[in-house]
Amino acid sequence: MKRADFTLIHDWVPEGAHILDLACGDGTLLAALARDKQVTGYGLEIDPDGITSCIARGVNVIEQNLDEGLANFEDNACDIVIMTQALQALRRPDLMMDEMLRVAGECIITFPNFAYWRHRAYLGFKGYMPVSKSLPHAWYDTPNIHLSTFNDFERLCSDKGLIIVDRAVGIGDHEGHWTSRLWPNLFGEIAIFRVSRGQ
Amino acid sequence: MTGHERLMPELPSDSVGVVTPQTAHFDDPLDLACGKTLPAYDLVYETYGTLNAERSNAVLICHALSGHHHAAGFHSQDDRKPGWWDAHIGPGKSIDTRHFFVVSLNNLGGCHGSTGPISDNPETGRQWGPEFPMMTVTDWVHSQTRLADRLGIERFAAVIGGSLGGMQAMQWALMYPERVANVAVIAATPKLSAQNIAFNEVARQAIRSDPDFHDGWYAEHHKVPKRGLKLARMVGHITYLSEDAMGSKFGRDLRSDDFNFGYDVEFQVESYLRYQGDTFSTSFDANTYLLMTKVLDYFDPAAPHGGDLARALAPAECPFLVVSFTTDWRFPPSRSRDIVDALIRAGKRVSFANIDSPHGHDAFLMPDPRYQAVFAAFMSRVAADLSLEGRP
Repeated sequence: MKRADFTLIHDWVPEGAHILDLACGDGTLLAALARDKQVTGYGLEIDPDGITSCIARGVNVIEQNLDEGLANFEDNACDIVIMTQALQALRRPDLMMDEMLRVAGECIITFPNFAYWRHRAYLGFKGYMPVSKSLPHAWYDTPNIHLSTFNDFERLCSDKGLIIVDRAVGIGDHEGHWTSRLWPNLFGEIAIFRVSRGQ
Repeated sequence: MTGHERLMPELPSDSVGVVTPQTAHFDDPLDLACGKTLPAYDLVYETYGTLNAERSNAVLICHALSGHHHAAGFHSQDDRKPGWWDAHIGPGKSIDTRHFFVVSLNNLGGCHGSTGPISDNPETGRQWGPEFPMMTVTDWVHSQTRLADRLGIERFAAVIGGSLGGMQAMQWALMYPERVANVAVIAATPKLSAQNIAFNEVARQAIRSDPDFHDGWYAEHHKVPKRGLKLARMVGHITYLSEDAMGSKFGRDLRSDDFNFGYDVEFQVESYLRYQGDTFSTSFDANTYLLMTKVLDYFDPAAPHGGDLARALAPAECPFLVVSFTTDWRFPPSRSRDIVDALIRAGKRVSFANIDSPHGHDAFLMPDPRYQAVFAAFMSRVAADLSLEGRP
């Protein structure tokens, strides 16, 4: 697996879990988890090429727009719902989190951290909307309509009374740089949270 | 190459070539859902590709309302019209005949060679006509297993169908889970809506009210209820196309420069529908058409399970591919989603693609880059799972 966030998710997902992967892309993560950890489940995707790739590698993929919710999945249908790099592109990320934690007791979410120091510098010094490896789009054609920071996400979890089981940040594609200690809101380019329902 | 061969028109290189239908006769009586028994029957079928030594590479194609066994290839060197699913069956196509042995049959009740209303009833010596027993999807699937037995196929690598064919594919997974490794359900529905049944009823009434119908005994009166069949096909055809497809094909184009203020054909779409109806009315049997529409109406595998499709699907063991088309309003994408959602609730393996196509319900018959990519991806995975690729 190439993507840095996938490596950590791979470690966090337990053997044999039944999972739902929202915006599963070409099915790389699900295929690896099925191979290495015997997970079962479904990926949801709307990109035609991603869907075809999933089908070719035997990953169950459903063409479904996440903004329309997960009504076709019953309460507690899965063990874990995973969503990598899609939260910021949803119309209502908060409602999606409610949906994710209705379908499973736990979810893993990764998103670009807008408070990453390079992004701050870009905006602060250059005066332009940041463009980087994790935010590759121009302001006018970006699908990322709800950018947030590591801190923002923590606050949303706290407001919703959710439990943050684990969290980390990563820098670019460097797998070795996962950390949760040193000023994650400043030094983390990609945020990754493992969240469970509150009581 | 001899001079004679040079005169032959070339068949496309990705065609299965010239194919010859075969007939299998069965003497084991077939008990039917309607309570009657078919004492003996024929099934006409075609095959493409080669059955491997393990007999693991067989794919069954199930046809739709007016379909038949001739799914791919040509019936002679100068046959211009290939089988109805030639876009998807052949060497290098989605259902790649270099890997798969494809079986395509005409269902019971049909009018293309399998036992049906135009066959003779051995008990009376008359044509079956309107007395041919009513069929259901489960009866068909049952008869298809007999053909599989005859061909030595214990388990199909895949059972595939579009529309009414998709219903048969789904039924295979429920009735014979051990005999099917994969199922593809394309442009289908778990049951007909009231609107679907209503359109079928209009088609049936068009046929049955034709004075030449003679309560189904038209053959004995040396008549064909052509006007009824034509109307039935015209109504059906409207439901197969999307409004957009009709609009872009015909618009409000006139056959002549101006209105002629009469009831003859004025608009191109009228001409097209009449042509479709006329062609069909001389090539299809009215009793078969009536029967096929009833098979559609009766299909509802969830009914014996309190309407719970997920419970109905519980016996299925294989992965499913479900495909719908955005402009299909006969069996719209929402009906395919019902199947997908039920499979998810039942914890079954399923992939779903909703193909953006302007062609309405008929899209399932046509080539389309994304449709072909999805279909080919599914079939390549089927082949890979069975280690079929790279073998003759």
